[in-house]
Amino acid sequence: MAKEIGRMERSGVRQQPTLTMSSIEGTASLLRELVSHLRQNRTQLREEWARRITEAQLLTAMSKEEIFAEATAVYDQYVEALETGTFEALQAYARSLSERIIPRGVETHEVVGIVLLLRDVLARSLFAKYQADFRKLDRILDAYEPAANRIANTVAVGFVQERERVIRQQQEAIRELSTPVLQVRERLLILPIIGVIDPQRARQLTEQLLRAIRTNRAKVVVIDITGVAAMDATVANHLVQTVEASRLLGATVIVTGLSPEIAQTLVTIGVDLGKMNTVGDLQGGIEQAERLLGYKVVPLSAAAASA
Amino acid sequence: MIATVQAALTDDDLVHLRRAMVERVVVSRSLGVIIDVTAMDIMDSFASRTLREVAQMIRLRGAETVIVGIQPEVAFAMVQLGITLEGVVTALDLEEGLEYLNQKFKSNG
Amino acid sequence: MSDVICVPINSDKDIVTARQEGRSLALELGFSETDSALIATAISELARNIVTYAKRGEVHIGTATDAHREGILVVAKDKGSGIANVRLALQDGFSTSGSLGLGLPGVKRLMDDFELVTDVGRGTTVTIRKWKE
Repeated sequence: MAKEIGRMERSGVRQQPTLTMSSIEGTASLLRELVSHLRQNRTQLREEWARRITEAQLLTAMSKEEIFAEATAVYDQYVEALETGTFEALQAYARSLSERIIPRGVETHEVVGIVLLLRDVLARSLFAKYQADFRKLDRILDAYEPAANRIANTVAVGFVQERERVIRQQQEAIRELSTPVLQVRERLLILPIIGVIDPQRARQLTEQLLRAIRTNRAKVVVIDITGVAAMDATVANHLVQTVEASRLLGATVIVTGLSPEIAQTLVTIGVDLGKMNTVGDLQGGIEQAERLLGYKVVPLSAAAASA
Repeated sequence: MIATVQAALTDDDLVHLRRAMVERVVVSRSLGVIIDVTAMDIMDSFASRTLREVAQMIRLRGAETVIVGIQPEVAFAMVQLGITLEGVVTALDLEEGLEYLNQKFKSNG
Repeated sequence: MSDVICVPINSDKDIVTARQEGRSLALELGFSETDSALIATAISELARNIVTYAKRGEVHIGTATDAHREGILVVAKDKGSGIANVRLALQDGFSTSGSLGLGLPGVKRLMDDFELVTDVGRGTTVTIRKWKE
């Protein structure tokens, strides 16, 4: 029953059956023969492959030596995967290879391209070897093709996943940069919010703020929304949730710069403004925060006079 | 008195905790109790209800409760779910919790 | 293709198992810590409903996929007595106390997709999905 629920295919590539022959042993021994052929001809097949990569103008971001070095590693992993029928090592290698080449600007089509080229080079070499015995060639290809396709898929998918991960990381970093939580004093954080906030950004702000509260051990947070023109009910709700979540982390929140429109929105969604700590402007909010923290607030004129 | 909660409490565990805490408060005549939930992976409605009840029961026996160590992710999930620990004092960590209790008893004493 | 994890729910211990499995899978799928906590909390609530009201049931956790996104799928089923007043159970107010009742409005808020099928006397199935951003 469990299998019926939510069983979906990834990326639309079906895993092909590895056996089209009736005897399992037959395929295994063919694969062994195939693998030994690939090992014996390792040097020239690798060179052939590297040559075709250059010819196809792939991996232009890398030098010839680098291409050859990676080609060697990929080749060996390829043959290993064919031999063992397991793909974990290949997956791990694909990920580490991706980590290396993505910063160099290597693109998906290049990675897919070189793996397919290797498949072709090896297939051609099989044709050459077994051309005299057509039936045997047929059976060897039956054994080779599904495995080769799976390998191509594994490497390509590994690369794409790594690339997506990197992109997500970069996006996260950009978002964090654009919404700073400022520590102005010990135990006091200020979060100035400017512009338009959509629910996604609102969530991200909340997460950032909560993490900052923990890291900085903040006791008071001033959220300034002077720069926010309007807020819909969803975002307003996020604001309320932020206040509540901050309290759970032991911090008091002061909201400053609340416009009449936003105050109205909050009331509409059922917020008791009397319970929320609000102050007219940021300056006032900071002063109140300092009072809460036990700092003495001295007016500038008095300070100047006593200096 | 400080009680540290382990990571994955089952409902039964929470119920036991509640009873144990209240008994210990009476026996030790503590004035303040800190419950450290740093290791709790999530806080769902049952957990929060139980903690609120613990705090209430402890208050009835003349002591004050502070819950410390709620993690940012847990706090976020809680407010989204609509769970508040209404009426329960919370602080960031053990240090803050002790600070709070000290302040409270200083002003009372 | 990933398998679906099936957690039988018979006691409150199973609630912990279900939510831990949910959290692991969510992290594996690439959800953030925060989202994984949300997912785990939702699973905990659904599993708890099963224990409290139906005594036994199952929670299935797996991958959700559609045309261009991937996420997590959770199905909580039981053969309990069903929910008599669905409208009431799903009634939501932004500032609910959330401590009474089935917690379903809360779960709905936490997730992207929420489907409830219930048959009085036969049981209830809640299907929820959360998509990766």
